[in-house]
This record gives sequence, structure tokens and C-alpha cells, in this order.
Amino acid sequence: MPTVGVSRDALFAHLGRTYTDEEFDELAFEFGVELDEVTSEKLEATKSDTVKLSKAQLAELSDEVIYKIDVPANRYDLLCIEGISRSLKVFLGDMDAPTFNIVEASDEKVANMTVIKSNTDTIRPYVVCAILRDVTFDEERYQSFIELQDQLHRNLCRNRTLVAVGTHDLDEVKGPFTYDARSPKDIQFVPLTHTDEGREFDGASLMEHYETEVACKHLKPFVPIIKNSPLYPVVLDSEGTVLSLPPIINGSKSRITLNTKNVFIECTATDLTKANIVLDTVVAMFSEYAAVPFSVEPVTVNYVNDANDVVNSYVTPQMYTRKETASVKLVNSLIGIDVDPEPMAMLCNKIQLGPARIIPGTDEEGPLLEVTVPPTRSDILHAVDIAEDIGIAYGYNNIVKTAPQTCTVGKEQPLNHLGDLLREEIGRAGYVEVLTHGLCSRHDNFTALKRPVTAAVSLSNPANVEYEVVRTTLLPGLLKCLQHNKSMSFTGGFKLFEISDVVLPDDKHVVTETIVGAKNARRVCATYSGPTSGFEIVHGLVDRIMTLCEVAPQDDYVASSGNAYVKVHCKEGWYYTIRELKTGTSDVSGTYFPGRAAEILLTSPKSGGKEPVVIGTFGILHPEVLGNFDILYPTSAVELNLDPLL
Amino acid sequence: PPPVSKQIKARIRSRGHHHLSEQPTMSDIESAILSALSSGPDATIPDSFAFATTSSLDHNSIVGTCKSLEADAYVSVAERSTQFYVLGKEAESIVQNGSQEILVLNALIAAGEDGLSMPELQSAVGKDVCKIGMGNCLKNKWAKKDKASGKLIAVATEGIKDDVKEQLIALKSAPEGENTKVIDDKAAAALKRRKLISLITRKSYTISRGQEYAPQRVKKAADLTKEMLESGKWKDTTFKEYNFQTLGNSVGGGYLHPLMKVRAEFRKILMEMGFEEMPTNKWVESSFWNFDSLFQPQSHPARDAHDTFFIKEPAATISVPEEYYERVKTMHEKGGSGSIGYRTEFKREEAMKNLLRTHTTAVSSQMLYKLANQPGGFKPAKYYSIDRVFRNESMDATHLCEFHQVEGLVADYNLSLGDLIGTIETFFRGIGITQLRFKPAFNPYTEPSMEVFGYHPDLKKWTEIGNSGMFRPEMLAPMGLPKDVRVIAWGLSLERPTMIKYRIDNIRNLFGHKVDMGMTKNAPICRFETAEEEEEEKV
Repeated sequence: MPTVGVSRDALFAHLGRTYTDEEFDELAFEFGVELDEVTSEKLEATKSDTVKLSKAQLAELSDEVIYKIDVPANRYDLLCIEGISRSLKVFLGDMDAPTFNIVEASDEKVANMTVIKSNTDTIRPYVVCAILRDVTFDEERYQSFIELQDQLHRNLCRNRTLVAVGTHDLDEVKGPFTYDARSPKDIQFVPLTHTDEGREFDGASLMEHYETEVACKHLKPFVPIIKNSPLYPVVLDSEGTVLSLPPIINGSKSRITLNTKNVFIECTATDLTKANIVLDTVVAMFSEYAAVPFSVEPVTVNYVNDANDVVNSYVTPQMYTRKETASVKLVNSLIGIDVDPEPMAMLCNKIQLGPARIIPGTDEEGPLLEVTVPPTRSDILHAVDIAEDIGIAYGYNNIVKTAPQTCTVGKEQPLNHLGDLLREEIGRAGYVEVLTHGLCSRHDNFTALKRPVTAAVSLSNPANVEYEVVRTTLLPGLLKCLQHNKSMSFTGGFKLFEISDVVLPDDKHVVTETIVGAKNARRVCATYSGPTSGFEIVHGLVDRIMTLCEVAPQDDYVASSGNAYVKVHCKEGWYYTIRELKTGTSDVSGTYFPGRAAEILLTSPKSGGKEPVVIGTFGILHPEVLGNFDILYPTSAVELNLDPLL
Repeated sequence: PPPVSKQIKARIRSRGHHHLSEQPTMSDIESAILSALSSGPDATIPDSFAFATTSSLDHNSIVGTCKSLEADAYVSVAERSTQFYVLGKEAESIVQNGSQEILVLNALIAAGEDGLSMPELQSAVGKDVCKIGMGNCLKNKWAKKDKASGKLIAVATEGIKDDVKEQLIALKSAPEGENTKVIDDKAAAALKRRKLISLITRKSYTISRGQEYAPQRVKKAADLTKEMLESGKWKDTTFKEYNFQTLGNSVGGGYLHPLMKVRAEFRKILMEMGFEEMPTNKWVESSFWNFDSLFQPQSHPARDAHDTFFIKEPAATISVPEEYYERVKTMHEKGGSGSIGYRTEFKREEAMKNLLRTHTTAVSSQMLYKLANQPGGFKPAKYYSIDRVFRNESMDATHLCEFHQVEGLVADYNLSLGDLIGTIETFFRGIGITQLRFKPAFNPYTEPSMEVFGYHPDLKKWTEIGNSGMFRPEMLAPMGLPKDVRVIAWGLSLERPTMIKYRIDNIRNLFGHKVDMGMTKNAPICRFETAEEEEEEKV
């Protein structure tokens, strides 16, 4: 969610009203933005952990109150003080939504952009332009103009990859304009950067400069967007002056100053729809300061092929005002309100969807609300978007709450149900439940357990080495818990357990007609650590889990147990047994001390009733594994699959 | 008798510590003390140390026994301290032979007017005596050094007393513990300076009768034993008093994790509300189900690598339901069902990118797809899930790369925002949050969308507690759901309410291997005060 910082006093001046912080917070809440923080430059600097300023430096900073306002991610028209204040004024009924006018270009020849299609297609194919005439800038407006472009670049333009905005003093350059892509060496200009004022660069050396110069580190992230391209995009005037090297930097010659009167705006893009949204947003916000407010001059964009034939042509900005309809019945039903058609049309004025009127619809849908969608509301895609805004104008907190009449029965997933029942029982058996991360390092998941590195779901952009793969075993998580709880008493044995998921590569597993190439498996994992190894203790837990799941031991398995084994009723056809897990016979056997490991085998109607399947292993952990996790006490562990016991 | 457990011992008021001495036994000492107090109610042992000396008993044993007797109120004791001087080794030699200065003076007197040279004096009295004695003789002006010969010659020859020796004898012959007054402070300070004596402070006790005094101690039993039950001896056994101001034993056994306790409570509330759990045991998802099916545009910032964990291996989804895929693609590119769509190109490679699901809504969309396409067609449903989701966010005290998302949704004909508000209120009332406010918000796949703010009774302030909305028609239409079916949904994290409930301020102390097991052991059961209880309180 973008955060916009605006001066409180400037905002109130725009609004023509003043509020206490609480009152403004309330207004913002109802409108759908959030007053996130009330601060000032000085307060920010005082609170900053990264930059510590001296008292003298702090004293120079402003005490002016700044409102940090969180705005919804799709409302690009709220990214500057002009947009926020205008929307709030309309919401409060203090002004009508502005009507934008595309006036005739005062100089047809200048208002022209030629695109060399075969070149720009290789790197950044689109451009859209507009001209603002007789604009009056002052310090505050100028700053806001720059900040709006930064906000757009950060959000909608996805850090300039999709769209980059360039704004220029039209009187410093000579139209018509050309948008081309040229070899970096052939692009010579003085860039608009504060370092090496006035120095001329070519495209290639400029990229290097931005990559290495500390003072230009704010531009460094954008360098990779074009750096390795054979051709760099460039906007030129009729005399060959470079206006901009998109999406990196503008030329110095066309820089905007407080004295700039006429503004040329170009947006180069890889996404034409977004380029138009960006251009419309900039125009909608700053045409307010034109001699005739809310008026803009168009620019014709011609795409030419190698033979210089125009293959595509359009005029921008679109500043497209649409009429959209929503049935009154739908709006009332969707929001859960009962507003008559005419008052509903009036509500539209509060949310910049006016003027609105009621037109007849079919018998089924009833009267229709026809609203005017301004160019700034590219988020309106469907009647539900209109309904939402009417809901906001009505006030969400005025909506009468109702209970859905949907009659259903609560139910839980069988696997979760089984897991929860076993969690309770294992807890009763003296084990402490842990909750560990699903992501871990390849080393912890395999090497530290003395297992060969086999397939696991791996991340392409892990946050750090601890989040390299999705675990294929729960064991490392438990061992790390032991490592971090050395201060607990181990003298009577210290027991941990977890029931959770691991993820295994599987290119056959289908869920919702979809194969992603992996599947989750639900596991039980438990450890015992103490002065002695506790093999028989985790072994006992295996028997306990089987008893709880009504799985009987095979006769030969309990033959030598004597009176210790008491036969209880079990599910028909379900049996288990254990057998030695010999070193080197499986990927997991290396984890255990040789001769002190076992496999758990399950025979069930699910497995065909004949061939038993291995559902888990247990044993004394190998001392090297203990060493890898810095565990001081002998430890035994069990890990088994829960899914086959369902 | 069976060994008394350590805890029982701690509970019994017996703070005595006993030295291991073969003889005499503790009961001998007990008898000695009690009989020393037998002469009358005011009988005392003025000083336990003196008592020990006269009765040839170890003082430490007497102190231990007294403490034990005191615990049963047989005696009462008052601490006293005694100060006295003891003579060092050098002082003992002075008592025997006289002080060094007198020995030197006597040697010089014996040598007459010629005096003695240093080596002669040394051989007469010894090296050590010579050094100290000569200095003191010169200082006292009992002797002088002849400048010409360098020899020492006695000056004072008559009426010289050996004060030091006499003082030491006085100290030594005074009764032990009472010698601090036999010489004046100045003299004592001088002797201390010469390191001849040192002041000792000795702790001992004055012992008198206690409330329960009896000449013979009847030992009280610490615990009721099986033997007492069998022999009936419990009837005439006196039991020690209990100290009730001490903790009971740790119960042992196992413990469930606090987050899972909160999860259990949330599940109960949702199932009471008629919600059915969704199968969320699927962490790896396609971008198609996680984003595209929700009508989240392919260029949405949440689909950036710095918000989502993409998967290197297996990198791409192998198959998706193709007919449905085409309908989703058309909705994105061209719109439909009353929508203008995003009008941007829909890329298959983007849809097939595998990721770790960023929300359980990836499963919700599959459930809705199945609901629309099940035999017999759509039926109204309520679904919920509580499971892990993964975000490539910067981690801090309240954010980890993975957390648990709680999600609930209702699919039925003609549901309204009012129904959503009502459902959310019912849910949050279950966890004790009754005052709610709804803020207009933006989610890419819901419209209308609302952030839920609640007045938190534990935090005593308004705070964001969840997110909600109605799924967009662009999401529902391609699934094949009937036109009037609407889906209302809300979600929140499980970690935040758990952290508030259990007063945990860093998420690493709740989730992961760094959690202190002591926290898990001591976490109370998860109970949320219900609205009814609160109302009763107000009455």
C-alpha cells in the first residue's frame, strides 16, 4: 500500500478546512485512506535508527507537520496532495468532480512524436505524450510534481520497468519529436544529474557512471533494465537534442524549473495500457495549474517502419471519460442497502462518478444508474466497482449487518482431525510440541543429517540461506529446537514433537486437475534426549501411535514381549511391524547410529493387504548428526508419515 | 522409613544444617541443650560457644541442633557476637622471653660502655630480635649510636619496664572473650600495628526456652507413609507444620504449542458457525491458482520476486484445467460478464510459474471451482482454513517469511456486504472482540473490500484485525458459478492474535526453533472472554 507524505497545513489549505488529527483520521477512514502517522522532518530524523544527526543538523530540519497517508494500491489519483485534496473535497461535497478538456494543439507541428518502430520494438516499444500550456509552478507544486512521478514509478510503473515518465520544459526544445532506440555509443548528451554538472556522457559510459557513483545510487536499480540491450531508448527533438534516456534519466537541457510555463510529458513503456494510465494521471493532477484549469493539448504519435511509412498512429492523452451503468437493484443487493434511484445518483457525486443519471433498464434489472467515470478512475472495471463506491459514499459503517441464511454443517479435514487427536495424545505422553519453519537450508535438510542431497522443492529467490528449500523432513527443525534449548533439564529426558507438513517433488500428484510437480506429506516427528539414548522410549511412542490408530502388531513382532503386550481390539486388516534399518540401505539410514535404527512397516487394506509399506523410521541419532546440531545429549528420533494411517 | 522426597523436605520447616560428625549424635546434643535449660522457665545458655567448650561439643553442631529445635519452638535463640584479641606467634614468644627491645637493651647493658657493633649484637640476640629491638631502643632513646665507632651503647640502664610483655600477658591471662578491656585502646592499637595481636569477632547464640520447650524432644513426622497406615502409628504421630508459601511440584508431562491452542479455538468457532475446513495441505502452487484465477493482474506488484517466493525446482506447473484456463485468460485480456477486463496480454509462462502460496485463497479458488463444477451443480457452502502461507517480506519483530492465515468464505446466492459485516461480527465476537469498524480498502480480487478494525480489549485500542471483501465477478464467472452467486470472505493471521493473547512481542519467540520451551510450558489455555460474559460484568 503506497504511503503519501503531505504537509498538513498545505492539505488543509487545499481543502479550505481545518481538522484536528482525530477528525481528519475519521474522515480518512470513512473515505478509505488511512492516516498512518503524524510526523515532521525533524521527528522522523530523531526516530531514525539508521541516520543519526547532530543537534545542529536536527535544528535545521522543519517542524512542519506531515501527514503520512496510506492510499489503496489501485488509486493512482491519490498519490499526490492535489489528488487527495480534490477527492476529499468532492467527497465532502465542497466541489464537483472536474471535467477535463482536450483542447486543440496550439502548434500542430510541435505536437508530434515519430516512433522508429523497428528499433524501439527491441527494447521499449511504446510512447504516449501530452502538453500542458501556461502552467504556474511554485516550490510546493514543483515538489509535488516530482514526487507524483516518483510514486508512479514505484507503484504502477513497477520501478520503471513497465512505464517511465519524462517531463520537459517545452520552450527549451524544438518539436516535432522522435522516439528511437540507438546504439549506446551514439547517444551523446548532458544528463540531468547532480554529479559532474554539465558533463557530457554517451549512453554506455553513463550506465557505468550510475553503477559506480555513490551519489547516483538512487538510479543504479534502473540500470539493468536497458544496460545489456544493444540499443538504448532515446527521446529526441527536431535538432537531435536528447530529452531523455528512458527509463533512466532526462537530459539537462529540457529540465523543468519554477519558471517553466509549457510542459511536454512523454511516457515510454513496455505496456501501452499502463502508459496511458500514467499519462492520464499526471495530466489529471497537474492540468489544475494550467491557465485554463483541467485543459491539456494532445500529441499525435506516429509509428513508422523502416521505409518511413506510418504503420500505426494515435493521439494522446486519452483522458477518456466513460459512461458506465450499474443496475440500482444490483447495487442495493450487493451492498445490502435500500437506496432509491435518485438519491443513489446523488451519492455518485461524492465519489467522482458524477454526473450520474437514472435510465430505464430491462424489466428484470430495473432502473439503471449511469455514471461518468473520469480518466483517473482506471480501476473501474465492472458494475461492482461502482457499487463499492456507492457503498463508500453511503458509509460502510451505516450498513445494517445481516446474517447469511446459508445453512451448512461444520466439518473438518480428516487428516487435520487425525493430526489434532494425535497431538493431544503425544502431548499427554510427555512430549513438548514445537512449531518449526517449513523452509530450511539444503545443508540442514540433508548434509547435517548425513543424508545424500536429493530432490527438494527449492526457491529461486530465497530471503537467506536458511530458506533455500522446502523441508523434506521435520527432523532438522526439532534438532534446532534442542540446540536452542540447552538450558532445559535433560536429566529426566527431554521430549519434543511436531506434526506438520513436508513437501516432496512429485510430478504425478493431481489436485484440482492441476499438477504443480510437488506434494505435501503430513508427518509425525518426535525426539528424546537425555543421559541415555532412549531408543526404547521413541520405540514405545511408535507402538503407542499404532495402538491409538487401532493398528495391531504382527504376531511375530510381539512374540517375545511376554506379558508386556496386551492385545487390544484393532481395525481388521491393519498390521504393523518393525525391522532393522541397515546402514546404507536407504537415504535416511546414515542419520542413525549403526545397528540402532528401525523401519516401521504398515500393512493395510489401502496397501492391498499384502505388501507392507515403510511409513517411517526411528533410532538413535548418529553422534556426527548430534555434533552437526550441537546437541550434547544422546538423542533418539522417530519420523513417520501420517497419511497412510488415515 | 522410605526416603522423604526433596520437595517434602523443602516444605517441612527444618532449616538446620548438620555437620557430619560421628560422635556425639544429634540427639545427644539435643539432650545436652534441653537439659541445660531444664532448671526453670528462665534458664538460659548465655553463650552457645562457651557451652560448647564446657560440654566438649562441636559449636557448629550445637548451632545446627538449635536451629532444628527452634523450628519446632523447643528453644528460642538470639544471635550474639563476641569480640576478643588473640595473640600471634611472635606475641607468644614475647610472653615467654620478653620483648625484642628489652632483649637488645639487656645485651647492651651487659656490654657496658663500649657497646656492641651490629654483628656483635646480632650474634648476642639473634638477627630477628636485633632488627626489631634495635629500632625500638633507638626510638625509645634507650640506646644511642656512637658516631665514631658506629657501635650501639645503652643509655637507659635502670627502671626500664617491659610494657609490651606485660600487656600481652594481661591479654593472655584474661578470661577468653573478655580481654578487650584489659588494656587501653592506644596500647591495643600499637600492638595491632606490630601485628602482635588481632581482633576476632565470633558469632554465637544465647539460647533460652521456646514455647514448646520440653526436656525431651518428640520428633515430628514429615509425611504420612504407607507404614503408618499399616501400623496405625499415624494416630499418635505428631506431624510437622507445613509451609504453604512454596510452589508445588512441576507437573511434568507434555505441553501443546500456544499457537496451536489458539488455532484449536479458532477452528471451534468456525465450525460452530457451520464452516467446513478446506484441504490446504498444498504449499507449492501455480501462479495460475494463486493469482490469475483470482483475477489478480499479471503485472501486479505482489507478483514481484520481492513479495513472493518463486520456485526454482520444479519451476513450472505441468498442467492446469485447460478450458478453465482459457476462460480466465479471456477475462484478463478482454473482460466479459459485464467487465472490461485488464486489456493486457495474458502470458502462459507467467501463469505457470510455480511459487509458495502467498495466501490460502489459492485453495479457496480451487474449492469454488470445484463447487461450480461438482455433480448436481452449485450448492451454497461455507469454507474455512487455517494454514501456512509464505511471503518474501523483510523480517522484523512481527513478520516472518511464513505465517498462518485464517480464512473464511461463504458462497451463496445474492449475498451482500451487510452479510459479510454480520458474519465477521459473529466470528470476532467469538474471540472477544465486539466493537468493529470497517474501512474501505483495496484488494485486487475483492470488490467491495473492507479492512476490519476492532477495539482490542487486551490492547485497549483500535487496531486493524483483518481484511475482507466480496470476490470479484471476474473471478467467479470463469469458474462457472451461477450469475447471482456471490462469495464473501475474510482473513487474518493467526500469529497476531496469539501474540496479543500470550503477550509475546517478538514473533521469533512464538514460531520457529528459537522458541523457549519454558514459554510453551507456561502458556495458559486459550480462552477468549465472550461477549455475554462482558455484558454480565456490566450488569
